[in-house]
Amino acid sequence: MNNTDIAIRVRNLTCAYGDYKVVDDISFDVRKGEIFVILGGSGCGKSTVLKHLIGLYAPVAGSIEVQGDDIVTAQGRVRDAILRRFGVMYQMGALFGSMSLLSNVMLPLEEFTDLPSDARELVARSKLAMVGLQDFACNMPATLSGGMQKRAAIARAMALDPDILFLDEPSAGLDPITSAELDALIRTLSRNLGITFVIVSHELASIYSVADSVIMLDKKVRRIVAQGDPRVLRDTSDNELVRRFFHRQAETDAARETAGRAETFASKET
Amino acid sequence: MQVLPEGNTVRVILSGRLDAVSVAGIWDEAVGSVSPGNSVVADCSALDYLDGAGVALLLKMRNLARSRSGGGLELEGLRDQLQQVVNMVWDSDPASWHSFRGERRGLAVMLGHYAEDIWLTMRSMISFVGESISIIGQCLRTPCAIRWRDFWLSLISVGVDSLSIIMLIGFLMGLIMSFQSAVSLQRFGAEIFVPNMLGLVMFREMGPLVTSILLAARSGSAFAAEIGTMKVNEEVDALVTMGLSPMRFLVVPKVLSSLVAVPLMTMFFNFASLVGGALVMLSMGYPLVTFTSRVFHNLSYIDFAGGLFKACVFSLLVSGVGCLRGLETRSGASAVGDSTTSAVVSGIILIAVADGVFALVFYYLGI
Repeated sequence: MNNTDIAIRVRNLTCAYGDYKVVDDISFDVRKGEIFVILGGSGCGKSTVLKHLIGLYAPVAGSIEVQGDDIVTAQGRVRDAILRRFGVMYQMGALFGSMSLLSNVMLPLEEFTDLPSDARELVARSKLAMVGLQDFACNMPATLSGGMQKRAAIARAMALDPDILFLDEPSAGLDPITSAELDALIRTLSRNLGITFVIVSHELASIYSVADSVIMLDKKVRRIVAQGDPRVLRDTSDNELVRRFFHRQAETDAARETAGRAETFASKET
Repeated sequence: MQVLPEGNTVRVILSGRLDAVSVAGIWDEAVGSVSPGNSVVADCSALDYLDGAGVALLLKMRNLARSRSGGGLELEGLRDQLQQVVNMVWDSDPASWHSFRGERRGLAVMLGHYAEDIWLTMRSMISFVGESISIIGQCLRTPCAIRWRDFWLSLISVGVDSLSIIMLIGFLMGLIMSFQSAVSLQRFGAEIFVPNMLGLVMFREMGPLVTSILLAARSGSAFAAEIGTMKVNEEVDALVTMGLSPMRFLVVPKVLSSLVAVPLMTMFFNFASLVGGALVMLSMGYPLVTFTSRVFHNLSYIDFAGGLFKACVFSLLVSGVGCLRGLETRSGASAVGDSTTSAVVSGIILIAVADGVFALVFYYLGI
């Protein structure tokens, strides 16, 4: 892959909380313009990796390059410049509760641009319109549903026209229809604006719907166990962990185990 | 429940429901019917329902019977549906469920951990103080960097909204202190000195101290709760990833508003306490002019300025530690409550320590 095609390059990344390693020595690339999903079961370190990618946590080892600049070693204004190239949507939206949606979206514009106030407002309103919230600009976040808050958070994350958007569990807590609407929005934004998306998710329906490429993490091995197109992985992977994840076999195995125990029970006790 | 001895075997006939309520009534009898090494048959053919409590009873009986060789428990006539409930835990060993009691640490290791915690807390406070001073300095050099709207909102909360409680407590303290001291001093005909005492005590000591303690209880806790909730909701993380400094965005408006409000509130407190004192003196027949002249005769500009300086320092400590505790909030339902409590306790301790330091410094400086 050509270096200019790479939005994020991660090499030998090790993330840990104290002595506990969450992921150990993982490497992957995110291509420009693609929708890249980090997936895996609960507790495998998806959100932890995301928080390292956006510079909230410092890794134990490894490098994270965003468009060629290492976010791990960057300091001061260089780091701020890197941060401004991307937007983040947190799992619960993380909108500022004391501000209206419009003020939330206008905040980055106020802080980092010299636009006059009427232009800022127009830009913010257009961002809200892109996510279908043009009629809710003056609402406070608490008055909106979970799905609307997430869309507003995407609008705020897009305020400075970032190259990369990070979304942490966009489908979490949403009903299937709202989740599908959000997926459609992600595809539209990716197609129309050319934004690179890095999404943390474990919702299979959502992953098949939006992902161009995925990496799958596993909490036992603490590494990437599969990488590529999710549809191809589902159909062709011979890795047991990948197969079980994509075919939702954990419940089946558990049921088989319970049934097995029932069969052996009588013989043990009689 | 019935217990029927059959030679070496004990037959326990269970019927009806085995849930938490019914099991409590038969637990002792059922367990008492089993001796170590017994062969027990639990006849469950008349059992309608079984939940965790019922399974626990069966496990207890089985383990008791098995505790000596040759013993065991046989379940008889258990319906398939209830069998599945039993199967969920039948193979596990209850003894292993509570075998983990946590890591045992030696005294030296525990002391080491406490020392490390204290060191880390001190380091975070020192780094916070340094960062605060640096950012406040930068903001004062470039006032447009201050979020003035947040500053004014915080000023209203810290100042205007606190005014009534500050003045009420100031009035009552002035009234009570004057009355109590006047009653004592009257025996010596020295009640005329009450205004001197009141002015000096309020302006030098009680004004800044009580106002700052009220600030810690009212605003320090509010700062910690507000920032802590933002931390739990990932709003602080959102600020960081936007490239905005939480210090400049959240801490500076609050600290600056406290710095402005607390000296003003201290003056209101002092004034209200003098009104309370004046009321007592008027009720004792002294004219108002005597009261005011006695108060200000003994009170110098240095006393007034020293009290306000103390108020400024206390306000920085209280608001700073409130914001720090908010930023240190961890995740979880109780985290914000812990931060709020910690903000108030730390604030009051810092005020007490700083007041002691001021007392020493003022004494040696002859103030």
